[in-house]
Amino acid sequence: MSHDALAASAGRDKGAGTPLWKSALHSPLALPLAGLVVVSILMGFASDSFFSVSNIFNVLRQVSVVAILAVGMTFVILTGGIDLSVGAVMALAGTMSAGLMVHFGLPGWLGLLAGVGIGLGLGIFNGLLVAWGRMPAIIVTLATMGIARGIGLIYSGGYPISGLPSWISWFGVGRVGIIPVPVIAMLIIYALAWVLLERTPFGRHVYAIGGNELAAKLSGVKTARIKIAVYTISGITSGLAAVILTGRLMSGQPNAGVGFELDAIAAVVLGGTAIAGGRGLILGTVIGAVLLGILSNGLNLMGINPYLQDIIRGFIILLAIYIAREWR
Amino acid sequence: MLELNSIKKSFGKIEVLHGVDFKAEAGEIHALVGENGAGKSTLMKILCGILQPSEGEIRIEGRVHRFADYNAAIDSGIGVVFQEFSLIPYLNAVENMFLARELHNSLGLLKRAAMHRRAMEIMQQLGIAIPLGMPVRNLSVAEQQFVEIAKALALNARILVLDEPTATLTPAEVEHLFKVMRGLREKGVTIIFISHHLEEIFEICDRITVLRDGEFVASCAVSDVDQERLVEMMVGRRIESSFPAKPAIPASAPVVLDAEAVQLKRGGPVSRFNLRTGEILGFAGLVGSGRTETALAMIGAYPAACCKLSINGVEIRFADPAEALAAGIGLLPESRKEQGLITSFPIIQNVSLNNYDRYLFGHFFINRRKELDDTIAAMNQLQVKAQGPMARVDTLSGGNQQKVVIARWLNHTMKVLVFDEPTRGIDVGAKAEIYQLMREFTARGYSIIMISSELPEVIGMSDRVCVFRSGGIVATVEGAAINAEEIMMHATTGRIKNVA
Repeated sequence: MSHDALAASAGRDKGAGTPLWKSALHSPLALPLAGLVVVSILMGFASDSFFSVSNIFNVLRQVSVVAILAVGMTFVILTGGIDLSVGAVMALAGTMSAGLMVHFGLPGWLGLLAGVGIGLGLGIFNGLLVAWGRMPAIIVTLATMGIARGIGLIYSGGYPISGLPSWISWFGVGRVGIIPVPVIAMLIIYALAWVLLERTPFGRHVYAIGGNELAAKLSGVKTARIKIAVYTISGITSGLAAVILTGRLMSGQPNAGVGFELDAIAAVVLGGTAIAGGRGLILGTVIGAVLLGILSNGLNLMGINPYLQDIIRGFIILLAIYIAREWR
Repeated sequence: MLELNSIKKSFGKIEVLHGVDFKAEAGEIHALVGENGAGKSTLMKILCGILQPSEGEIRIEGRVHRFADYNAAIDSGIGVVFQEFSLIPYLNAVENMFLARELHNSLGLLKRAAMHRRAMEIMQQLGIAIPLGMPVRNLSVAEQQFVEIAKALALNARILVLDEPTATLTPAEVEHLFKVMRGLREKGVTIIFISHHLEEIFEICDRITVLRDGEFVASCAVSDVDQERLVEMMVGRRIESSFPAKPAIPASAPVVLDAEAVQLKRGGPVSRFNLRTGEILGFAGLVGSGRTETALAMIGAYPAACCKLSINGVEIRFADPAEALAAGIGLLPESRKEQGLITSFPIIQNVSLNNYDRYLFGHFFINRRKELDDTIAAMNQLQVKAQGPMARVDTLSGGNQQKVVIARWLNHTMKVLVFDEPTRGIDVGAKAEIYQLMREFTARGYSIIMISSELPEVIGMSDRVCVFRSGGIVATVEGAAINAEEIMMHATTGRIKNVA
């Protein structure tokens, strides 16, 4: 095949020759988007206030913490790993940064930065144990989850640490124009993650490890380094989520974020990322997170018993994964 | 007793067995021999129901059988001890012997005593003593093999297939195994014995059937042939395929890679070889003789006991393949699907997988225009036939998949490329192209190590050949000595110089 023909076919594969709707249908985003649209319409029928601008920003603000956790989770799951420690690491980061501000008189910005640093440190810890220690990610991060939670509870005695500088609430409830700050933070983090995954060699190597770790390693990809990096990213996003959460609660809460790791995993998987790694898109994850958010928001607006909501959410996840089984 | 009549088998369009006949009598030990890829394993998988023949019939004591699956074959009295044992490591011998066929009472509870008694009986018949209550992972390889044999007998096997049972045994263990085999022969069991060790065949077997390239070659009594004649039957006279001419490599050509000592396992044989600039060094030997492991050890992908290398005279040690790549050594692995390709990636990302250093702008970002241009150039250079660079690699033919893996190394400045089974599963036309490419690489000053199980390929391509047997190099041949008989002789009977 000549250069031109190959180049032309490369262009065609991007959608110039095949109808746009057809290539869109085969995009991994097709199903999550369809789910989002269907659920939104259903919620719109069920509740008049659902489609108001204020409610939509409200939903986005509510999902922002889990959505940010889900960014790191996407990196980890794409390599074929899992990170169960994100909720506990977030709680520890929030508790410690509040403690540093209140008990040690650190300036607020330094306290928040220290929280992010704690997330980063625990992420490196997870990554080293998985990549160099060759331990299963699910066990390593389960252990880290317990350790992080325990440290936070011991330090705080189990009580929230309050008395933070008032400007910190800007991160949780502030607005720029009409857009809530957590939503802006979420969008920036997703944009950075998208660039990392789609436009850098690092991103390609993340996908390559999830697709075929042995082949990647044998061709010279530094697999251990990449794995350490993805757990580190997950630790950082946990620390960033802690900033938002601390701003919202105006305190360091050692008991915050219980079960958030499962919500983050659900968002990643609902977004079309394969739990075994190698396939998936970061944009799917944000759709998955928003989908989960809309679901609980809508069910709340309808006044449905919260226990029943859990059951409904569970079945919807099962249904989504069932539909997605054979989809390419 | 057992007859396989004109068995044919095709995978897709490729026929691998072209009408093979096989007959074995009750109470005989029948050797099935042939080179790698001659069709022995395929034939045995058909016999035990794992594969279905495309044509032909299986007769046992005159009755035609069709085995839908392995279980059906077991019910008809066929037992197989595979090369990779199928024992559950954490269960004990008795539990393994009765796996999925446990004796139980009307309540569904196991009859443990009855199973233990039956296992004892079988072990006594075999004349072997094995701790029955111990998890089989704690048993020696030989003992595990006896458990496999006992398992087959517990299922009343009258035809027993032993696929390279001696490959991992010590000489004393082999003797013990042979004693057990003779005992079974006395009892009228038909044993089909697959081995690459010719001396063993002459020691234990009654008859031999030879396969070559999926064809039946001959069947005769062991006493009618000698080793040389047998090797000749296995190798045959072949039509030379289209190998490019071998350029003359001057003996003074500088040594690019010197492997002073490679020892795969502690206490195992130590291999030594060197690679000259512009040369193709063949690694020949039977499957499992340590060729691939030696190459993997070189690039830091196999934990060898010892691996002393120097490149251009500088001693070096690689912790992982990334370091080897940086030093200019690359591997094109044996199994494209499992070790070579990222099947979820399109061609372009498979090619650029280890090339991103060249496609950077602003230090961090991928220059996608250059990535596309280079990929298209590489695809043109290697004549990859595909819809385009965005095509999924699992839609490509084997030959084109191999070219995609080769393309990955095209834009590096490499010194040494290791081709592990470069043409496995590739059709004849694409093979010739791959051979041509390899010579183009050497003309550019690369040196190549080619691991291959196909003798004609080893002979047609290699400037020198290292022959492996049982984990180490037993001989290095060059010039006129690169011929099928010589290589097969070393590969099947070569003696290892054991250096501690």
